Amino acid sequence: MAGVAVSTTINGDAVEYLCQPDETLLDVLRDRLGLTGAKEGCGTGDCGACSVILDNRLVCSCLVLGAEAEGRKVETIEGMAHGDQLHPLQQKFLEHAALQCGICTPGFLIAAKDLLEKNPSPTEEEIRFGLAGNLCRCTGYDKIVRAVQDAAQVMKGA
Amino acid sequence: MRYIRPLSIEDAVGELAKAVGPAAILAGGSDLLVRMKGGFIEPELIVDIKAIGGLGDITQTADGFRIGAAVPCAVLGENKALRQAWPGVVEAANLIGSKQVQGRCTITGNLCNASPAADSVPALVAAGAKAVVAGPSGKRTVAVESVPTGPGRTSLAKGEIVEAILLDKRPPNAGDAYLRFIPRTEMDIAVVSAGVNLTLDDHGAITAARVALGAAAPTVLLVEEAGQVLIGSKLDEATLERLAKICAGACRPIDDKRGTIEFRRKVAGVLARRAAATAYKRAGGK
Repeated sequence: MAGVAVSTTINGDAVEYLCQPDETLLDVLRDRLGLTGAKEGCGTGDCGACSVILDNRLVCSCLVLGAEAEGRKVETIEGMAHGDQLHPLQQKFLEHAALQCGICTPGFLIAAKDLLEKNPSPTEEEIRFGLAGNLCRCTGYDKIVRAVQDAAQVMKGA
Repeated sequence: MRYIRPLSIEDAVGELAKAVGPAAILAGGSDLLVRMKGGFIEPELIVDIKAIGGLGDITQTADGFRIGAAVPCAVLGENKALRQAWPGVVEAANLIGSKQVQGRCTITGNLCNASPAADSVPALVAAGAKAVVAGPSGKRTVAVESVPTGPGRTSLAKGEIVEAILLDKRPPNAGDAYLRFIPRTEMDIAVVSAGVNLTLDDHGAITAARVALGAAAPTVLLVEEAGQVLIGSKLDEATLERLAKICAGACRPIDDKRGTIEFRRKVAGVLARRAAATAYKRAGGK
């Protein structure tokens, strides 16, 4: 199989890579670019652990081909903090202990960031529906929902 | 395997028509990539249609709406005019998968994947939607219900691409609705579903009606008799009972882990009743 040459933007940086035509964006991020924050849970778009933002849309990177990123903008968990300054969602996930094993956490943070950018004042129900594409087998979700509610308050005040 | 991203529908059709091995069309990829991963399909050619001009747009024309084949379902929900005109189609499209899937999946893909349980298809069939098919011998416009012919099978010939879905302009006093049964509240596939589309006269009597059922047969079913029984009525209790009975009788469901034949029949009737009531209200009926 001939490789596909891709020029894209990841977390604001211009990036070029070669990938196989059937290689997913998730595999490109993890195995070619060393961005291992996005995780492979199910590999079929059910668990949300591989969530990234592609041109301002939340997507599962396991259901996107690496070749499709040509000319587009990708945001991953690695771009969420500014240097040592955590994003309010990251800070609130820590304070509320909204994680246990941590595998689902990058996906939840990216999905929650997308949710709050589109709806800065979500109700609890809107948060639960908005994050329904992210599965967590440890927390029981309550702490995650509270962390997102708290972060929304902080972000509105900022 | 080759991945290509043609800039015109003619190029896309040409590449598909001359493909020697299995070829696949990529829009949102939420079915295709899962099937590739599972080893159910090993395409030698993937034609990404997202760079083709116009396929990513919803346009309002004198005749209604044209929804390009590459428009993600999330964009349908963000289009106020479409939501107002066809709330049932939009609510069905927005039930597919999670936020992540909504950002990618398309109603054209949902139609061409040809699952009997596809959420947007009963709503599109009830709405009388048309599919614009581009192929080696030109373009044709067909009723959406003629596209799926069985689970995973379509009437599309080699080289053909559905480039857009057309929805008519709405007459006044019209409304549609879609309901599905799932055992949870979100992120599931319909056990059975119903779409209803109604037009009323100035006195609230139904003048046109289409009823479609999902996950109740090998393809989405247009139940013409169910539409006919509604015409002339104001959706009184006796009419709703007859509607439910006709829908239950029209089903040809399977028994599986998701639901029994008996359960699917009963719920098809219940959902058709409820969807009809919502569509009636949306059409301004009281």
